[in-house]
Amino acid sequence: MALATPLSATEPVFRARGLTKTYRMGEVEVPALRGVDLDLYRGEFVVLLGPSGSGKSTLLNILGGLDLPTAGEVWYEGHHLTGASERELTLFRREHVGFVFQFYNLIPSLTARENVAIVTELAGQPMTPEEALARVDLADRMDHFPAQLSGGQQQRVAIARAIAKRPAVLLCDEPTGALDSATGVRVLEALERVNAELGTTTVVITHNADIARMAHRVLYLGDGRIVREERNAQRMPAAELHW
Amino acid sequence: MSALGRKAVRDLWHLRGQALAIALVIAGGVATLVMSQSTYESLTATREQFYRQGALADLWAPLKRAPDTLLPQLAAIPGVQTAQARLLALGTLGVPGFNEPVRAEVVSLPLDGGQPLLNRVQLRSGRLPDPERDNEVVVGEACAAAHALRVGDRLRLTLRGRQRWLQVVGVGTSPEYVYQSPPGAVFPDFKRYAVLWMNRHAMEKALNMDGAFDSVTLRLLPGARAVAVIAELDPLLARYGGVGAYGRHEQTSARYLEEEMRQLQTMARLFPAIFLGVAAFLLHVVLMRLVGTQRDQIGVLKAFGYSHRALAVHYLGMAAAIALLGAALGIALGGGLGRWLAHVYQGIYRFPFLAYQLSIQAVATGVAVSLAAAAAGALMALRAAASLPPAEAMRAPAPARFGPTVIERLGLQRWLSQPARMALRDLERRPGRAAFTVLGLALACAVIMVGRFQGDAVDYMVDTQLSIAQHHDLAVSFIEPAPRRVLFELAALPGVSAAEPVRMAPVRLVHGHRSYRTTIEGLLPDARLRRPLDAQLRPITPSADGVLLTDYLQGMLALAPGDEIEVQALEGHRRLRRVRVAGLVHETIGAQGYMDLDALNRLLGDGDVVSGVLLGVLPGAEPDLYARLDRRPWVAGISSRLASVRSFYATMGESLLVFTWVAALLGGVINFGLVYNAARISLSERGRELASLRVLGMTEGEVSALLLGQLGLLVVVSLPFGFAAGWGLCWLMVQGFQSELFRIPIRLTTATYAFAGLMVLGASVVSALLVRRRIARLDLIAVLKTRE
Repeated sequence: MALATPLSATEPVFRARGLTKTYRMGEVEVPALRGVDLDLYRGEFVVLLGPSGSGKSTLLNILGGLDLPTAGEVWYEGHHLTGASERELTLFRREHVGFVFQFYNLIPSLTARENVAIVTELAGQPMTPEEALARVDLADRMDHFPAQLSGGQQQRVAIARAIAKRPAVLLCDEPTGALDSATGVRVLEALERVNAELGTTTVVITHNADIARMAHRVLYLGDGRIVREERNAQRMPAAELHW
Repeated sequence: MSALGRKAVRDLWHLRGQALAIALVIAGGVATLVMSQSTYESLTATREQFYRQGALADLWAPLKRAPDTLLPQLAAIPGVQTAQARLLALGTLGVPGFNEPVRAEVVSLPLDGGQPLLNRVQLRSGRLPDPERDNEVVVGEACAAAHALRVGDRLRLTLRGRQRWLQVVGVGTSPEYVYQSPPGAVFPDFKRYAVLWMNRHAMEKALNMDGAFDSVTLRLLPGARAVAVIAELDPLLARYGGVGAYGRHEQTSARYLEEEMRQLQTMARLFPAIFLGVAAFLLHVVLMRLVGTQRDQIGVLKAFGYSHRALAVHYLGMAAAIALLGAALGIALGGGLGRWLAHVYQGIYRFPFLAYQLSIQAVATGVAVSLAAAAAGALMALRAAASLPPAEAMRAPAPARFGPTVIERLGLQRWLSQPARMALRDLERRPGRAAFTVLGLALACAVIMVGRFQGDAVDYMVDTQLSIAQHHDLAVSFIEPAPRRVLFELAALPGVSAAEPVRMAPVRLVHGHRSYRTTIEGLLPDARLRRPLDAQLRPITPSADGVLLTDYLQGMLALAPGDEIEVQALEGHRRLRRVRVAGLVHETIGAQGYMDLDALNRLLGDGDVVSGVLLGVLPGAEPDLYARLDRRPWVAGISSRLASVRSFYATMGESLLVFTWVAALLGGVINFGLVYNAARISLSERGRELASLRVLGMTEGEVSALLLGQLGLLVVVSLPFGFAAGWGLCWLMVQGFQSELFRIPIRLTTATYAFAGLMVLGASVVSALLVRRRIARLDLIAVLKTRE
């Protein structure tokens, strides 16, 4: 397994400059990002580490075109995301990005296979839902509904759903946050394998410092800013993690 | 099927309870539309077809006696296509086994024994009388059905005091007698009124009218103007006692039918519009909330690159499926109800056949309106959900802004429990939603009230017109005005407790360019058996120096008390006189004038005559009295006031009752759909909150009370609005129903309010109980484990 820095580290996939985001929650204004500069490279496995409210999810959502910054710019391979229309953002997400959410966000009325199919039906050259589910070791659970799957299994369905269209980028928001340690490790193994085998740029948000040890690069967020950046000289395989 | 398609199917299945509730509301709206429109179109088509087949005349001209030799002159009037002379007489029929008199209108058939050229008899069974036999008769189908008369039965007919036995050889009807009500009555009475067709020869003998006729009917050439023909016809007939020809719009049956069709059309337009509007509004609200609960799923789908368009198609498809299910149910239900309603009407109008057809236009309109309502509801909801960036859509909505309610700001909170405060704050936070629910419930209540209203209105009409204004037992009418002394003859009959004279003078009232053909009733100033009433239902004394007119004529003839009008008598010396309008009489049925009897006689100059007598009769004396009256040749007809009231209720009561329950059912469905959906959506929105409260130690009952109590409050608040809306809806309906034939008064009884209120509460309780079962099944752990 390749545990060194990815080869194509020259040209960034994502480039973000001066990202600022302020939320209005009811009557309160909450600053989530206060000027973030960031570059992400092809094939990289990046962990965003930080306490609750540090702005991790906001950053991820903006990168994925799910949300728009209050100020600042984002480019994806030369596309200017911050100036894109809703339609362009939809196409961007459809063609390039896979998402994994903390609470899986599976469609409850669809089986595992169908939850994957709902994405493959949109994509240009997807893998089959069966192949995607096999990659996350769920070949035997394909016709189960979300309510019939454990949390770890649901999250692996969500990963299968995210990777099935062979996205260039996989954005994972606390993918193990709702899972126990052993189950979480299985989910991380799936992410690690996808990153290695498909070369998918993978960004994982967590507040679990242990997970950072499997990354190429670790970004520490605090109070809406990137406060520190580390590069793992030696990545630890996901299977060896525990917390 | 695509994965999104499968999601739609499964979501629909999952929401089947709610979807069905919505579909039922739509079904109610579409059913009303299809029912009333189909009934209207079917009856109109049936009527046209019957008029054509039966060659309904264009003009009718009653007269006293003219020789047959006059007929060619009448037929030669420019514009006349066909002229048919005939004899028409009023008599009394004795039906074996029925000891009340049956008033009979006897129509002659041509001497050659064939069908008349106009107003042909459509035989339902048997044949026309043999021209060689004078004792054969065809009986009108309505009366035959009411008395189970068959070909071969024998009847006793009294014409001009002479009795004869007749044999029924046929049962039939004619386009002239589609709506069969006794002369002077408003409602049909099939048991006490019959139309008979006899040989002209037999009638000539009975009436002493050899070679003469007393009625002529005419068919006009296409394009001929009725007014022009009448202008030539009336002078020709005047010397033969003609009282003025009239067209279809003044012919009793055609006029009533026209009026009924007009009312049916009003109903077919107004009622479904209201109902479908309510259904559309509900569908809209419920879908808004339903799509709102899928906010997070919309977020996910958008995150994976589904476009707004794809999502719109998805939710529109779901909404359309519900709407189409509702429309299909509604078309089936409305088609069935329409067939039933047309059948009920056919029973009243006595069409020989019914050309029932499902109105394609109504079906198309119903489907289109349902789909449009569904689409509007789904799209607005989707726009609200989809306008959010996906990241925000997937996040639970920010805690809603709550604040102290008005009640709390007023310092009344110590009277409120914690759950009551939650319920109130929730209502106050979303006043629009609460208002919509209240409005919907109010409309449901209103629909139920409309169903009961008709019964109330009819009760009021019968009560004022036939109970307060009239106190006689029998009304005896004469063949022609008779000297006043006949009153004493009748008053002296055994069993008569009171007798009052009355003169019904046929007149044309003219004011400016407006005119109306009716009667002026001459009454004694101290009459007790028949009293005109004012708007407060107080008796008014008929005036000696003026005429009292039914209040409806005020608008119809554009006059006011104090104005002078022209009165053109249509019998006797046919005088034309100007008379002052002395006042207005409040009447719901008919439109006519009242005068002091002596003043009326002076005005018309026909001497001291009466045209009938009102009798009070001692209990049990009626059968004997009928026989005695029957023997008098100048008696044209006898009618019993109570018998006609009873007969009216027997004819109409059942259909009124069914209408009440159909409307109650439809209102109940709206109500159920609204409450059930509101509760289910609240439950899905607040499931987590309610589960948390359960975890904190609230009982199932307390949690249910929290959710359902809030709805209960809305239901209670909706009631006064519902009562007001119900009144308004009745008012709206009644506006289209006013005519000189009758005016439906807006009188709603307490019982109707109570009925509507209880139906609303009942339907709410049923839906609440269904939802309460779901509260009992709340999975506390699962709910708390899912994301916030």
